[in-house]
Amino acid sequence: MKAGVIVFPGSNCDRDAYYALHDVLGYETEYLWHADVRNLSDYGLIIVPGGFSYGDYLRPGAIARFARIMDTVREYAERGGLVLGVCNGFQILCEAGLLPGALTRNLSLKFRCKPVHIRVENADTPFTRRYHQDEVLQIPIAHGDGRYVCDEATLEQLRANKQIIFRYCSPTGELGEEWNPNGSVDHIAGVANARFNVLGMMPHPERACELLLGSADGRRLLAVG
Amino acid sequence: MPKAKIYITLKPALLDAQGRVLQNALHQLGFERVQQVRVGKYLEVELSPNGDPHAQIEAMCQKLLANPVIEQYRYEIEP
Repeated sequence: MKAGVIVFPGSNCDRDAYYALHDVLGYETEYLWHADVRNLSDYGLIIVPGGFSYGDYLRPGAIARFARIMDTVREYAERGGLVLGVCNGFQILCEAGLLPGALTRNLSLKFRCKPVHIRVENADTPFTRRYHQDEVLQIPIAHGDGRYVCDEATLEQLRANKQIIFRYCSPTGELGEEWNPNGSVDHIAGVANARFNVLGMMPHPERACELLLGSADGRRLLAVG
Repeated sequence: MPKAKIYITLKPALLDAQGRVLQNALHQLGFERVQQVRVGKYLEVELSPNGDPHAQIEAMCQKLLANPVIEQYRYEIEP
């Protein structure tokens, strides 16, 4: 399978994503420069990586969404291609309208950088079908703007369609405000679009692909090929 | 040259984490009458004189300057 990692000015998890896809999973992997127009038809997965694209000017993701490559990514997603946005990538996909809701400042106002636990809320998506329903994963977070919010109607829709893919939880899978690192509504750590081919999440699966780094729980998420 | 002054804040339904911290800090300083603080952004946008500035500023707010999912905005335009 061929995978692509988008690179914006200020992306800083692009190399981690490349390493996980290329070196750990053995996929043919290419960096995709934000200003390029590319044909993505032979790609099996596009990652919008974490970082601080365009310095988080105005709002995280607000400027990156206008990058030329994002038109290509939108078309790719409309054709059913798999798009994974991690951290800043999640923020960009929300700003671009490819995912519902938005990410705001952590309730604590602190940048949170630590391993957290998340529960697989829907194991019937292209990204999560290699997990069990309700499986608890340990994946690191590193963000200051990760509090997921949306209006009540959108939240009802997300719940009804099972678009909430991950929730923050305790190591044994219980929900609770003490396990919610940023104050996200309904403990949301990751959401998908209605077709489940676009997934956004604040935790970094690409940083959890080898036991040497503390957890390999993220590896199956990226193993879509 | 028309100049727009744009004020952007989080929607009232959303908890403003920064505002809450400032409110607590003001209370500690003895400003006990403070009931709420909301933190926002202030932008000044200068336009060339031709065309309808209101329509332009409205479109700018919708498309980029504010995120309508979480923010509200208002603006004044000086001729």
